[in-house]
Formats: sequence, structure tokens, C-alpha cells
Amino acid sequence: MHEYSIVQSLMNRVEAEAAERRATAVKALTLRIGELSGVEPVLLTTAFETFVEKTICEGATLSIIRVPVSWACPRCERSIVQGAFLQCPECSVPATLRSGDEIILERIEMEVPDV
Amino acid sequence: MCDTCGCGDPDVVPIEIQDKILAGNDRQAAHNREHFTAHGVLAVNLMGSPGAGKTAILEATARADRSLRLGALAGDLETDHDAQRLEAAGIRSVTINTISACHLDARLVHDALHGSSMNAHDILFIENVGNLVCPAVYDLGQQFNVVALSVTEGEDKPVKYPVMFRKADLVLITKVDLLPHLPGMSIEKIADSLARVMPTPRFIAVSALSGQGVADWLAWLAERRRPAHAEADHSHGHGRHHAHS
Repeated sequence: MHEYSIVQSLMNRVEAEAAERRATAVKALTLRIGELSGVEPVLLTTAFETFVEKTICEGATLSIIRVPVSWACPRCERSIVQGAFLQCPECSVPATLRSGDEIILERIEMEVPDV
Repeated sequence: MCDTCGCGDPDVVPIEIQDKILAGNDRQAAHNREHFTAHGVLAVNLMGSPGAGKTAILEATARADRSLRLGALAGDLETDHDAQRLEAAGIRSVTINTISACHLDARLVHDALHGSSMNAHDILFIENVGNLVCPAVYDLGQQFNVVALSVTEGEDKPVKYPVMFRKADLVLITKVDLLPHLPGMSIEKIADSLARVMPTPRFIAVSALSGQGVADWLAWLAERRRPAHAEADHSHGHGRHHAHS
């Protein structure tokens, strides 16, 4: 269960960004998680809720955008369904992963005092 | 401050980040990779289930070519059993006990390397924590990922754990000496599974017990070492080019 260490990395980044802007609170986080990333959103959310207590993220909402897996032939662009042989039946070249392995922090919404 | 009424509430500001959550690990991994390349070391991240035969394959590798200077980092939650086995086989080994963590990350590898002399190795095997899920998520700075899959685990493991197998540069199908005892299991069935999760499925059927496939595995390693060590060869001298009878 590596979701806890993913959250640890996430929190380190968010805290650094918040400190840089002298933010007083983090209200929302948006992540983009691919279905072939090896990260399970439900477990990630549980880990997040456990971690955020007494941090600048306490009470923040976590939104996770799931990115579906997309394989395609790099030559003819034909898409290849997951579960099929990952080779283009027409061009006989290995498929490439177009999306689905993302573990991305998209956006942080934070309260920044007016200066 | 709230612009309309001056109530003193702070503004909520959206900050676009668009960066990998594991960017810190990736930076550390890139540093490790530079280190390996600079020293002419081929670093292989060896992953697989607990009991897939990772340690046994490394022992067989050392037995099969005594001229290779092999090093290993052995990741396990507890004990230094694997490092002891590897040392006994002639592989200089360092244990990384993760206690509760289910995978190695680039920092653990970096810290373990600090205590050892990497210059002395042709190949460094990073024997990851036995696990088909978490280790695949973390770049360690290796040049290649190798996954050990034993024939007793079932031919559908690749399609059940696609994240791990997609990232494999090579799959070692281990314990193939047991195939006669496993009705219904075949290399062809495993190959079919692999082709559904690896765009370029490469595998070698090996047995640490009988030695089957070990020569092919050594050839694969030699092929991967070539770019890294073509340059380093001059400075290393020729001590390791022993004749084999």
C-alpha cells in the first residue's frame, strides 16, 4: 500500500507551495490519476484524510480526475483496446501508451492573505 | 482580501501546478542514474512477487559467470537473509530493510549506495521488495526493469498486475523446471498474457536449479552493458576477461 507515501510526497509539495505564497489554508487539491498508474484513488483519498489532520490541508477537498488507459499504434493512430495484444494488427508495431499512467498534481486552491 | 466588502477574508487563489506528485523521487532517481552511468555500472531493478525466485536467479547468475563483478541491494521488510545468500554466492550485497514500506524508492537506494563502493561493480542488482504492485510506481535510477515471474504463480499474473509488467524491459519466467508438475501451465500461456500488457514482450524462461536459460539471461545482461561499459572498459583494464573452459 504505497498510497501513504504518495500522499506524503503530495503533502510535501503542497506545503512548500503554500509556504512560498504565505498561504493560511489549503482549500482544495485536484489530482489527475491514470488507471494504469498503480495508484488507487479510493485508497489515496483514505490516506489523504488520515494525513491532513493538523496540517495546512485540514478540511481541504481532494478531487481526483481519473484518466482512462489509451493505447494506440504510433504509425496509423489506430487505438488498441486494453486486454488485446499491444501490437497494431495492421502495422505490426508495438503500441504506445497515450494516457493512463499519470500521477499528477494539477491545482492547489489556497487562501492567500491580501497584500 | 475580499474586494467587494473589505471583510478581511483572504482570497482563495488557484495555483496551477501540473507536475508529477513523485517529481522529488524522479529527481533523486535521475541523480542515481547519473551516478551509475558515470561509474559504468549497469543497474537493474529486479522486481517480482515474494518467492518468485529473485534471489535464486541472482545466485545462479553469479555461479554461471564468476568473472562478472556483481553487487546487490536487497530490499526486504525485515532480515538480511537475502543479502547473506547473495554474499555467499559472491555478490557484494547491502540490505535495505524497509520495516513497513512495500517498495524501495530512489532515496533508499541512494542512501544504501553511500555506504558501498559502486566502482567495484559491473552490474548492480536492486532486488526490490517482493510485491507486484508498489515497486512499479517508483523509479530508482535503474537502467532496466526486470520482473521475475515463477511458473507456479499462474499465467494470468501479467494481466492482473499490468502496471508492473508494462514497465518491464524483460520478464524472467522462473522455476521452469517445475513445468512438468503443473498440468495446464505453459510458457505459451504466460507469453500470451505478457503480450497483452507489454508492447514489446521480452522474456526468458529460466531455472536457477537446472541452469536452463541462464546463458540467455547473461547474454541479455551483456548486451545491456555494452553501451555503458564500452567507454569504461579502457580504465577498468582487462582483469575480468577470464577465459572459460
